[in-house]
Amino acid sequence: MAEFKKADSMLEWFDQRLGVINFAKVMMSEYWIPKNINFLWAMGVLLTVLFTFLVVSGIFLLMYYKPDANMAFDSVNYTIMQEVAYGWLFRHIHAVGASVVFLIIYIHMFTGIYYGSYKKGREMIWISGMLLFMLFSAEGFSGYMLPWGQMSYWAAYVITEIFGGIPFIGDELVVWIRGNFYVADATLTRFFMLHVLLIPLAIIGAIVFHFYALRFPHVNNEQGEFFDFDKESEKYLAGDKKHSKVIPFWPVFLSKDIFVLGVFLIFFFYLVFFHYGFAMDPINFDKANGLKTPAHIYPEWYFLWSYEVLRGWFFEIAGISGKDLGLMAFGFANIIFLVLPWLDRSPMVKPANQRPYFKYWFWLMIADLMVLTEFGKLPPTGPNAWVGFGASLVFLVLFIALPFITKAEAKKVKGK
Amino acid sequence: MKEFKILAVIIALVGITYYGIEPYAHSVMHPAVAPADFTFQDVKNVDTSLVGNEANGKVLVEANCIACHAIEKAGHPAVMPNADSAASYGVVPPDLSHAGRIYDKNYLANFIFDPVTAMHLQSKYNPENGKAFPMPSYNWMSPQDIMDVVAYLQSIAPKVADDKAGHKITFEAACGRCHNMQYAGIEATTPVDNLKTYMGATPPDLSQYIKSRGEHYLHSFINDPQILLKGTSMPRVGLTEKAQEEVIAYMEEVGDSKKAERESLGIWVMLYSAVFALLAYLWKRKIWEEVH
Ligand code: HEM
Repeated sequence: MAEFKKADSMLEWFDQRLGVINFAKVMMSEYWIPKNINFLWAMGVLLTVLFTFLVVSGIFLLMYYKPDANMAFDSVNYTIMQEVAYGWLFRHIHAVGASVVFLIIYIHMFTGIYYGSYKKGREMIWISGMLLFMLFSAEGFSGYMLPWGQMSYWAAYVITEIFGGIPFIGDELVVWIRGNFYVADATLTRFFMLHVLLIPLAIIGAIVFHFYALRFPHVNNEQGEFFDFDKESEKYLAGDKKHSKVIPFWPVFLSKDIFVLGVFLIFFFYLVFFHYGFAMDPINFDKANGLKTPAHIYPEWYFLWSYEVLRGWFFEIAGISGKDLGLMAFGFANIIFLVLPWLDRSPMVKPANQRPYFKYWFWLMIADLMVLTEFGKLPPTGPNAWVGFGASLVFLVLFIALPFITKAEAKKVKGK
Repeated sequence: MKEFKILAVIIALVGITYYGIEPYAHSVMHPAVAPADFTFQDVKNVDTSLVGNEANGKVLVEANCIACHAIEKAGHPAVMPNADSAASYGVVPPDLSHAGRIYDKNYLANFIFDPVTAMHLQSKYNPENGKAFPMPSYNWMSPQDIMDVVAYLQSIAPKVADDKAGHKITFEAACGRCHNMQYAGIEATTPVDNLKTYMGATPPDLSQYIKSRGEHYLHSFINDPQILLKGTSMPRVGLTEKAQEEVIAYMEEVGDSKKAERESLGIWVMLYSAVFALLAYLWKRKIWEEVH
């Protein structure tokens, strides 16, 4: 063992044992971020904070929630919402937070797409990010079931039913997932386990991985500029802070993020206290009833676009049923963002608006997702069904065309 | 400047999407309906401009009503226990103590004349299916006599305070024979088995209806259930606007009991966040001065 001299300060005492000074340097004060960024680069920190809110409020909810088909509804709507001091506050933070986290995830994702932050060395950041997206989706879905209201029940019914479309094993798979032939107590208890244990653990792991993946390629910047981080950081440390292209994570980068967080929190708490209906659907304040189908069943807003890709296919084409076509399209939609780094064949790392072809693709994709989201909620009748079909088709075409569009772009800009 | 432009684009895109999936989609799924009518002008068998005579009304009520109805406030207790009267009539007949206050005058008079038409339950009780409503029509009574009965019922109905306890009295008188309100410990006075036979389905527990249906829906629905739920066996009960407001207020006091706390705390938390944002901005300015 190394020889220890008596520490002169508490910091030194800890440093001798844990190397905290060096650790803080590596993680904070000498972790370099480009200076040329805007508030969109604060979304990652907002997500980290929101996830913390979800964990903390979730722990409080867990103290009174009862994962039992006969007790769940009242434990949430009576015990937590009305009896426990500030139980309602934790529930509102949790429900609104779970919805808003997706809003920020989407902004974060589309920022990444807009600035091309998923390629030329940043592929693993993207992949780990998509992994987080999938885990959050599973977390949102399993959590929505827990209050055991009508929408909890029927959304769970419809979504688990989707797996029945998988060839050969579909029917058995649905029973295996539900733990019963229909959505029942066994379904609730297993999704409870997933929601409070397995998925959160996986999310924490994935967040650590995501942060690690950021380390080597470094965070992108507003112009997609590549530069020598070592040189720029030396400049910064030598005192030429104004000309250096980088800033340290602490305190410079975080000071901005914390300000953005402050503004965001005003909005967030407005939703929590005064405008939470979008995250706590009225229909879910009716107790689950397996014999009474609600007039309109729809998933939470953040699943609407992919739900509409599934629903858009309502008629048979070339002997394949609409249902199967929808399933295939749905499967496609759920993995296609994952492989985005390889669909974009253009080497340009620039904001989309500075890319000759990609800019059209990007804004079309955003518009299409908005149309899908809207029609995913509206009843799929009459012309709505056709708009849904059209938007779903456009979605597939956009992603199939992306390699060709970006290849052409690469040629046009001569590989720059 | 540029950051404001980015923010504006995001707010626009999110705003459009929000509008589409919330207010717009809900207006498509729940189309607007005719406004609630608290005058009940569609039933006009009785000339309600006649001035009623309370003394004669008392005589008529004692001769015609108390064989089935309790009127606790006028010293007429229930004729038999709830379970027995539910077994005899299908549902427990209401105690009429509060009838003169909670029911609209025009509705009440026309109800006595012809209950099924006033309740809008012709599809449930009609000669074709041979089902009859337990209370007979008093269409043989003169309009003057009917108005005397109404005047008497109005004269005995006690006033209630405009607070939770008062709202509860109105709620129990108006809804409590059929609906449970578990979160307030209220159980329907008619036993559930009788109710199921009588109504065709068990009437729902109303504990969370203020959240699941919302005030706006309840406002139209209670006034005339058939408009929003065609074919339902819930009757139009004929509450005055004030009595209906008391019922809804009670549903909110039970179903959303933390509303006041939520709204007052909300302001403080938002203010706190605003101060936090301001301090963060000042700190950020100081830090970034060095690097810009
Ligand atoms: C809730 C989960 C997530 C957390 C906590 C998180 C956190 C972060 C943080 C702190 C950063 C660095 C600063 C910034 O640009 O914001 C970052 C960057 C990034 N994240 Fe995430 N992220 C999450 C989900 C995602 C998702 C779903 C994606 C997309 C599939 C994604 C893709 C990226 C990309 C591409 C970058 C690099 C941005 C750049 O280089 O400019 N992340 N993330």
